[in-house]
Amino acid sequence: MKKTLYSSLRRKIIFLTLAVSLAPLILLGATIYYQFEKMYKEKIEEQIKYRSQAQAEAVDRFLKARMAILGSMADTHSFWELTDENRLSQLFQIMNLRQGNFVDLGVIDNIGQHRAYVGPYEIKKFNYFHEPWFDEVMSKGIYISNVYTGYRKLPHFIIAVRRQENQQTWILRATIDPEVFGEIVRSAQVGKTGDAYIVNSEGIFQTLPRFDGEILSKSMIQPSLFGSGTTVITAGSKNGKHSLYAGSWLKNNKWLLVISQEVSDEMENLFATQYMEIIIILSGVMAIILTTVLTTRMTINRLISNDSRMNELNAQLMQSDKLAALGKMAAGVAHEINNPLAVILQKTGWMEDLLLEEDFQASSNLEEFKVSIRKIEEHVERARKVVHNMLGYARKMEPHLEDVDINDTINQTVSLLENYARNNNIDIQTDLSSRLPIIASDQAQLQQVFLNLISNAIDAIEKEGLVEISSRLSDAFITVSVKDDGPGIPEDKQKRIFDPFFTTKEAGKGTGLGLWVSYSIIEKLGGKIGLKSDVGKGATFTVEIPVTTPEKK
Amino acid sequence: MTIIQNGVIMERFKVLVVDDEQDFLETLVNRLKKRDIDTIGAASGEEALKIMQDNLFDAVVLDIKMPGGMDGIETLREMKKIQPLAEIVLLTGHGSVETSIEGLKLGAFDYLLKPIKLEELLVKLSLAFEKKDLHSHKIRNLKIKELLR
Repeated sequence: MKKTLYSSLRRKIIFLTLAVSLAPLILLGATIYYQFEKMYKEKIEEQIKYRSQAQAEAVDRFLKARMAILGSMADTHSFWELTDENRLSQLFQIMNLRQGNFVDLGVIDNIGQHRAYVGPYEIKKFNYFHEPWFDEVMSKGIYISNVYTGYRKLPHFIIAVRRQENQQTWILRATIDPEVFGEIVRSAQVGKTGDAYIVNSEGIFQTLPRFDGEILSKSMIQPSLFGSGTTVITAGSKNGKHSLYAGSWLKNNKWLLVISQEVSDEMENLFATQYMEIIIILSGVMAIILTTVLTTRMTINRLISNDSRMNELNAQLMQSDKLAALGKMAAGVAHEINNPLAVILQKTGWMEDLLLEEDFQASSNLEEFKVSIRKIEEHVERARKVVHNMLGYARKMEPHLEDVDINDTINQTVSLLENYARNNNIDIQTDLSSRLPIIASDQAQLQQVFLNLISNAIDAIEKEGLVEISSRLSDAFITVSVKDDGPGIPEDKQKRIFDPFFTTKEAGKGTGLGLWVSYSIIEKLGGKIGLKSDVGKGATFTVEIPVTTPEKK
Repeated sequence: MTIIQNGVIMERFKVLVVDDEQDFLETLVNRLKKRDIDTIGAASGEEALKIMQDNLFDAVVLDIKMPGGMDGIETLREMKKIQPLAEIVLLTGHGSVETSIEGLKLGAFDYLLKPIKLEELLVKLSLAFEKKDLHSHKIRNLKIKELLR
């Protein structure tokens, strides 16, 4: 009952302490974990977005610069001038002089016919009237194509500008060096998994990607997912890992510059930090659990030992209270009995006196009278002895201090009882410490106590057995124990063993006063008397006598 | 009891018994009387003192614990004032051994624990008488010497 109370208390304390200390820790840990991840992701996204934007601007600037060059050439030269291939060639050189990056240059008239061409390819003979870009440049005035293979069977793209010169409309068309253009885009490929490329609005690669495909092949990018300006999306890439894609539209939303990065590549630092955080939190949790369990166990153990000490003290207090009350009562009862006993004894004496008279001497019942009177006197004597014992002990309680050698006292007592023990085949063994000091105590009373304990032990064994008597010194006490191998004392009787008139002996054999008197004597001497016994295993009475140093004479 | 000294019957032994327990008192008086001791009983200290005003006693048997009236020690003190030579034997029960010792200091002859056996009392009484007699002799001798001077 008590045990479950303690363990439920222990559980409650542990649970509450853990709940109160772990909950905020874990909550804080989780918050930091997710907030940090969120912030880090946002940061990465922002970074990649910024890179995409910057790269798109660079590409845009490049294209605009080429358009500007081409446009100004067209505007500053007449159709006739440019159809002269020498002149065109000269112009082409000037354009390429400072990083023009043009591969070729051609002049096309309003019916799509190549009128002049400077460049490495044999494409002057082609008519572009039916090409889709021809209509567009004719109507809009400027045109940048998607990448295509065209007549020359190589991926490239062109820039074309229209010139309205009097009634004459013509087109100046140039091919951009795909290598140079691709290089500009690829410069944004960073890290182990970073990629940068351009796709058109159908998702066809316009530049060579680092991974995932060839130029003019279909990419996995769905351009419709990307909104205006710059958009960042997360998607699974081919190898199953998540990647971040940042796309910026350029060239009037016809091209999408994409910068991609595997999430894990960028997140390595984050993962390391998160891993570290989890380790710190976990070790904190472990430390808290360990400390809580240990301190709770310590607290509960201390509580248990305090409780048991308190119970012991209470039991002792109750015992001495009870015995004091019983002692008072017994003394009162004894006094009340003594007076009638005195009267009875006088009356029987008187009767004896009268029996001596002649009238009675003649009576045939004289002997009967005498016997009866003797019996009455005998039993009055018996009652008188009980009362005298009780009163005598109660009276003689004030200890008379003298120099006492406990071992001597034990030996004397043992020698008194040796014959009695031997007659019953009982062996008395003594194991006495040689370190006992001489103390100031009452030898007669101590002998009385030892006599009671040892003769009780012998009576308990009845026939054949062993009584062991030992004396030990421990700090402020001399401990004398008397151990028998008799039948032992049941627990319910142990509680009453020191009560007056309580006896386990047959009626008439014990007064039930011996242990009570012993208890009172030892208590008056400032000591303690106790009993340990299990049924079937004998009993051990232990007497603790305080070591009081005798005054120097 | 007849006291015989130097082969001469000197006088009868005179004893006063004081006890508040009527049955005890009566019986003890009867038993002493039966043994030829001139005994008078008194049921309280006051009564005892009154009797002592008029009669000389060799010995007094005094119960030291008499609730209600005058207590034993007080009675003893008064008795010693009236008849300093009367030897007083105290009867004591539980709780009065100390009182008895106090009584001894005040000049009581001895004490007995109740319940008593008559034989013990008789022994004490004869011892008390011897002592008293010795005292009386000494005093008488002193007086004679004084007269002879």
